[in-house]
Amino acid sequence: MSDRLPENVTTNGLAGGSGLPPTEHNHPDAAIDAPPTVLVKSWKAPIAFGFFALGAIVLFIVFGRDGDSTFRLSTDSDLIQLPAVVLPTRATGIVLSIVLVVLAAISVWFVATDRKIRVWFMAVFAVVFLIAFLTWASAGQTIPLPGLLIGTVSLSVPLIFGALGGVISERVGVVNVAIEGQLLAGAFVSAVVASVTGNLFVGLLGAVIAGTLVSFVLAAFSIKYLVDQVIVGVVLNVLVTGLTSFLYSQVLTANPDLLNSPPRFDRLPIPLLSEIPIIGPTLFRQTIVVYLMYIAVAVVFYGLFKTKWGLRVRAVGEHPQAADTVGIKVNSTRFWNVLLAGAITGLGGAYFTLGSVGQFNKEMTAGAGYIALAAVIFGRWDPIRATLAALLFGFATNLQYVLGVIGSPVPSEFLLMLPYLITIFAVAGLVGRVRGPAAAGRPYVSA
Amino acid sequence: MSDSPVTPGSQAPVTPASSAAASGSPASGSPASGPAVEPPSRWRKAFNEIIGGSVMISVLAVVLAIVAGGILIAVTDENVQKAAGYFFARPGDTFAEIWKSVSGAYVALFQGAVFNPKRPEFVDQIKPITETLTFATPLIAAGLGVGLAFRVGMFNIGGRGQMLIAAACAGWVGFTLHLPWGIHLVVAILAGVIGGGIWGGIAGLLKARTGAHEVIVTIMLNYVAFYLVSYLLRTPVLQAPGSNNPKSPPIDATAVLPDLLGPQFNLHLGFIIVIAATVFVWWLLNRSSLGFKFRAVGLNPNAARVAGIDVKNMYVYAMLISGALVGLAGVFQVLGTVTTGFSSGIDAGIGFDAITVALLGRSKPWGIFVAGILFGAFKAGGFAMQASQGIPIDIVLVVQSLIVLFIAAPPLVRAVFRLPDPANPKKPKAPKTPKPAVETREAVAAK
Repeated sequence: MSDRLPENVTTNGLAGGSGLPPTEHNHPDAAIDAPPTVLVKSWKAPIAFGFFALGAIVLFIVFGRDGDSTFRLSTDSDLIQLPAVVLPTRATGIVLSIVLVVLAAISVWFVATDRKIRVWFMAVFAVVFLIAFLTWASAGQTIPLPGLLIGTVSLSVPLIFGALGGVISERVGVVNVAIEGQLLAGAFVSAVVASVTGNLFVGLLGAVIAGTLVSFVLAAFSIKYLVDQVIVGVVLNVLVTGLTSFLYSQVLTANPDLLNSPPRFDRLPIPLLSEIPIIGPTLFRQTIVVYLMYIAVAVVFYGLFKTKWGLRVRAVGEHPQAADTVGIKVNSTRFWNVLLAGAITGLGGAYFTLGSVGQFNKEMTAGAGYIALAAVIFGRWDPIRATLAALLFGFATNLQYVLGVIGSPVPSEFLLMLPYLITIFAVAGLVGRVRGPAAAGRPYVSA
Repeated sequence: MSDSPVTPGSQAPVTPASSAAASGSPASGSPASGPAVEPPSRWRKAFNEIIGGSVMISVLAVVLAIVAGGILIAVTDENVQKAAGYFFARPGDTFAEIWKSVSGAYVALFQGAVFNPKRPEFVDQIKPITETLTFATPLIAAGLGVGLAFRVGMFNIGGRGQMLIAAACAGWVGFTLHLPWGIHLVVAILAGVIGGGIWGGIAGLLKARTGAHEVIVTIMLNYVAFYLVSYLLRTPVLQAPGSNNPKSPPIDATAVLPDLLGPQFNLHLGFIIVIAATVFVWWLLNRSSLGFKFRAVGLNPNAARVAGIDVKNMYVYAMLISGALVGLAGVFQVLGTVTTGFSSGIDAGIGFDAITVALLGRSKPWGIFVAGILFGAFKAGGFAMQASQGIPIDIVLVVQSLIVLFIAAPPLVRAVFRLPDPANPKKPKAPKTPKPAVETREAVAAK
């Protein structure tokens, strides 16, 4: 799908502009070893920063609001109570806008002096912008910061599981558009199984099996029958949607007590860690599925970049001929890892039913799989970055809920739109010509 | 897209090739005369092409999918389950119930989609087929758009957004501007088509200029369009005056697509327009130089670039036209189907259905036309089936997706029905014919 135009000049420029930390798969040495003459400065990042800084000035100063913004930092049940932070809205907006302009100027200087703009710099810029925005939006109101962050993590869980599944599948060379189907199948089966057995862990197992089954169809059709992987993925999504909706209307609604009333996972605070202010309630006062997610992110990252398994996966996804030559069985590697991806994604589906809602509803994933797919590409097929992208989507969704409660000055539709607009800008401006695993989407037929 | 290499080949050159074979084989076959056994295979070949060719595969895929749907209906039917309880005592009951549930469902589907002999008047009897064509109209238009993008190697997953924007533009013209009869309709259609085209063109432009992946951008634009239209439906721009519902006022009578067969049928002028659109896309892809470039880019962008085709511009043009065609579907929804005012659910999932329509039609204009009518029939019949038999309409999604899945994997269908492979008829035959020979030789040697 992605066009691979070998334009060295722009590629190098982009690598310099976006300033990635050297991970194994960025091939930073390719840019460094290239003759310095082809290093073209990319002004995309400073332009984007300038755009946002300008927006900040317009929004927070020109359309500035009066009053005080209160940030509540602790929940009532916290051991250590932090005092609420009260900021004067207009003054804070002015100060932070100036900071943003300064940061944008620094980015111009960075590019002018051939320095890389690192990820941390973007993160600082984003956080400052966000604080300014929250201050502006909550003039005369109180924003419960822990609630905002806890909700972010909750909403991101299925996205992150889905993104991890997508990363593994695409790294091994099979484009996974079926994330939505895997999530939905996981949600359905886990609800039914947990409801019938009354055991949550059996329900989780059911979700894993359901996701694996969807992956099995994807793998069988794309690897055995060489059907276009995107087509299989899209069709699988429709198939699973139809199947679960049909069974829900036909079977589950007839007997909801037996089939669709699973128990729910309780929150499981981790002692000590859960008492750290802000971070504790956000990260360590969650359900066991969320802790599984932390483990999954760490294991997938470590596995992909530090183990023999990961090396083989990436080799098969990048250059199957070469992998075949050194004796890796390309198609069986693909097959088993696509199944693994489905298993992980299925866990994310279980979170819908066993973690948050407590029962299965028609089409309850509501496009989360496509958002996870966007997170995979946004995160450049890297588990950590894809997780961060998924968190961004979760944050934006939850921000809209929170601002809806306190009454936001912006129509809620525009807040809801924001993460998607940011993604478009980011993909077009900062990420640019993303380069996925070279062989993703192509079936491998050994000569 | 896996089909695209096949498509252009089978579109134009097949005819000369087959005619050459027809004229050539008697000439070359009879003088050689030695292997006189070989030429008769021409009949065999023709037979194989009919049996194993794409038409047969399509028909068999539909049969397989309907069988699978029938199994699903039978298994979830309560009467069948009851009868299965005493299966070993009276197995006949089970089969009778299975027959009753499955035949009841499909008869209802047929009566809702094609012809209903139970109704008293002839006009009422043939009403279902016009309903089918009405449902098919937007499906074909959107399918053409998605299929066109497929042929250029792009995946337009943004049908929903393009339809919503088009519907909003056409609807706004439809109830705001009060133009004379005829002109009003044309302006409204044009507004919608342009709106959809621009929304699709954004994705093409971003892909061409910045390399942003069109899958992400179109998914994100779906959400942006949805929230934008939702917002506008709450403001005087689109909201009906004096109403609190997020719904637009009804369309002026001058902008409504006129009924084709009189007021008792829902079929509207859109069906004629969509036939014209199909002819246009056929002409564009197969007879125009732009279409040639489109297909060249779709087959191999690098080769196309070397051949002097401006690949980037092709991406932009293709997405513009694709978005315009999908927009046409939105126009039909607003000016033809739901003329009493629309809400943000006006796209009715057609944007996603269009993907399966395009896949089933193998991205060929007339294939999409037929696929659209088939899916329109499923939709019309599905509602009738839900009403009369109480079988959830979601079963239609299952059958549709299975059809596409089976059609995408001809080897699977051939394996199920044990058909020969027309592409390489020697392969299945070759091992068969020599084998007995070898065996007999061995047998003789052994003797």
